[in-house]
Amino acid sequence: MTAQDIAATDPAALPVGDVLLRATDVTKHYPLRADGLARRHRVLRAVDGVSLEVRTGETLGIVGESGCGKSTLGRCLVRLTELTGGRVEFDGRDISTLSTRRLRPIRPGMQLVFQDPQASLNPRRRAGDIVAEPLLVHRYGDAAAVRRRVAELFDVVGLSAAHLDRYPHEFSGGQRQRIGIARALATDPKLVVADEPVSALDVSIQAQVLNLFADLQEEFGLTYVFIAHDLGVVRHVSDRIAVMYLGEIVELAGTEALYGSPAHPYTQALLSAVPDIDDGTLTADAPVRKRIVLTGEVPNPVDKPTGCPFRTRCPYAREQCALERPRLTRTASGREVACHYPLVG
Amino acid sequence: MPDQPLLDVRDLRVSFRTRQGSVTVVDGLSLSVAPGDILGVVGESGSGKSVSMLAVLRLLTNPNVTVSGQVLFRGRDLLSLPDKEMRAIRGREIAMVFQDPMTALTPVYTVGWQIAEQIRAHEPVSRKEANARAVRLLSDVGIPDAASRVNAYPHEFSGGMRQRAVIAMALSCDPSLLIADEPTTALDVTVQAQILDLMRELNTRGSAVVLITHDMGVISQIADRVLVMYGGRAAEEGPRRAVFHGPRHPYTWGLLDSVPRVGGPRLRRLPTIAGMPVAPGSLPEGCAFAPRCRLRHARCEELPVLSAGNADAAHRDACWLPPDQRAALRLTTRTADSEVAS
Repeated sequence: MTAQDIAATDPAALPVGDVLLRATDVTKHYPLRADGLARRHRVLRAVDGVSLEVRTGETLGIVGESGCGKSTLGRCLVRLTELTGGRVEFDGRDISTLSTRRLRPIRPGMQLVFQDPQASLNPRRRAGDIVAEPLLVHRYGDAAAVRRRVAELFDVVGLSAAHLDRYPHEFSGGQRQRIGIARALATDPKLVVADEPVSALDVSIQAQVLNLFADLQEEFGLTYVFIAHDLGVVRHVSDRIAVMYLGEIVELAGTEALYGSPAHPYTQALLSAVPDIDDGTLTADAPVRKRIVLTGEVPNPVDKPTGCPFRTRCPYAREQCALERPRLTRTASGREVACHYPLVG
Repeated sequence: MPDQPLLDVRDLRVSFRTRQGSVTVVDGLSLSVAPGDILGVVGESGSGKSVSMLAVLRLLTNPNVTVSGQVLFRGRDLLSLPDKEMRAIRGREIAMVFQDPMTALTPVYTVGWQIAEQIRAHEPVSRKEANARAVRLLSDVGIPDAASRVNAYPHEFSGGMRQRAVIAMALSCDPSLLIADEPTTALDVTVQAQILDLMRELNTRGSAVVLITHDMGVISQIADRVLVMYGGRAAEEGPRRAVFHGPRHPYTWGLLDSVPRVGGPRLRRLPTIAGMPVAPGSLPEGCAFAPRCRLRHARCEELPVLSAGNADAAHRDACWLPPDQRAALRLTTRTADSEVAS
């Protein structure tokens, strides 16, 4: 591998486009059925006050364990789910309150790629028709134009014209994900929210699809919100990363800064839990990562702890953590952390 | 007898009779596990890693399945054992943990009842005694407040706790061999770390472990020996350090290189293995990996045998490339990759 293959860590190389997507204090609460005698209305706080910005041309990674609200947040960002509170601006327009009709002309600009291509592709339709669907919905052009565009999209994602008339079950997992990506690209979006797009794939196929994401971003100047639980994958694709815990962002920082020196105790524990491959090249120069095994499990988002959501498992928790909820604040080095006692400034 | 392996699988073959004809899923697999060892079996879906372990335990009961070869456990061939004796070994001497703990637990009985049942099936103990042991086991695998949780039903447990309960069940008879099939795949990383610690601890108490996984990181953290499978055959096998620090088979190179890592340099493009994993049923006559291999040559038409290429007799691989040039060849595949990239 040569030097040019190594992603530039120079801050100047980071995209400095305009803000394409801005989420302000987004919340999504699901009311639960009152159980038995308890009259109190219980609420599951799936997303609880998330604010973030995504700039044109960059990839924002969202990482967290199952149930942390990362998928719900992704759906809120493109308004596939109605927000309980807060607002989302896409390309300068508040999309959180627009009517369905007003939203329709904006939708082509933001698309989703789902985790399970098996479940997100209609088994009774041919691959070509699946990719043509968004073009028909948004009145792309006449039948010939749609056909041309679909063939072009198939080519872009590495499928051949021979695949157009096949049904989803005739494809492998990796190819199915390519169909899902072609469908997302059909309307020429600015923003693609990808929710665990490679987690169902074998490692060798996963690498191929990740490379496709990188190529497409370069070719079409796409902006990605990339949601995943795999910390290696998120590191590979992201310029900046938001770490979520119990519906909140606990840390948001540039990829190098986050992995180099995590500021939030949860980020630190999460990174230390990843079983890294020891191939003899790492031990020489990289610092040996201290392993922090968290005790217990993520609390139920219905009964979130008071104060800091992580305090019940945090090895550094002090009195203040139970009393006051830490806000996500920008530190001197430009990263954002929600912790009373961050590990680095 | 330190030299006698606990489990010695020789030339295991598993084939399924399908409408398209006979499909070979495991093709002449040999492996051995020494007492107290952790063997990591790694491979992609369809590589035969799970099926081979199900065959070892004789859990492939479908009449369309044919299993041949030898599975020697403490010198006795499990494949020719009467059902009754096999039942005494399964669960007591060899225990198994599956990927999805919910399918391994019945939802209609309490967790404690299920663990106690397992103990009573293998040992002549009273209900009360079995129950007390269930509590101890749950507490051993790190379930807080085990005395009351023993009466909980599986749905009242979280995913990590269920997997702990299944492991507790597997440990109930102090098995000398534990076969764990992707035990942490469905779990979050922080919980995975806890379960791996638990398996390590159990291993220090004397149980040998066969850990099946697709995650090279997990293998790298826990295994003593590694077996890399591809297309139902062994591609490479050896001590962990040898395999990870000096991998010899091009497929192992691909597996190691294509995983995005949490440390080290960030690559703009990942090295990939071209094509798709070989489908069972379309296994080539020669090397199974040849169709995807960048270093394919005429010799690959012929089936390679697992052999030690250099001084280290414990580190073997099934590849026709000149054994003494592997490190240099690996570098050439990497440069080929970056050419494709640019």
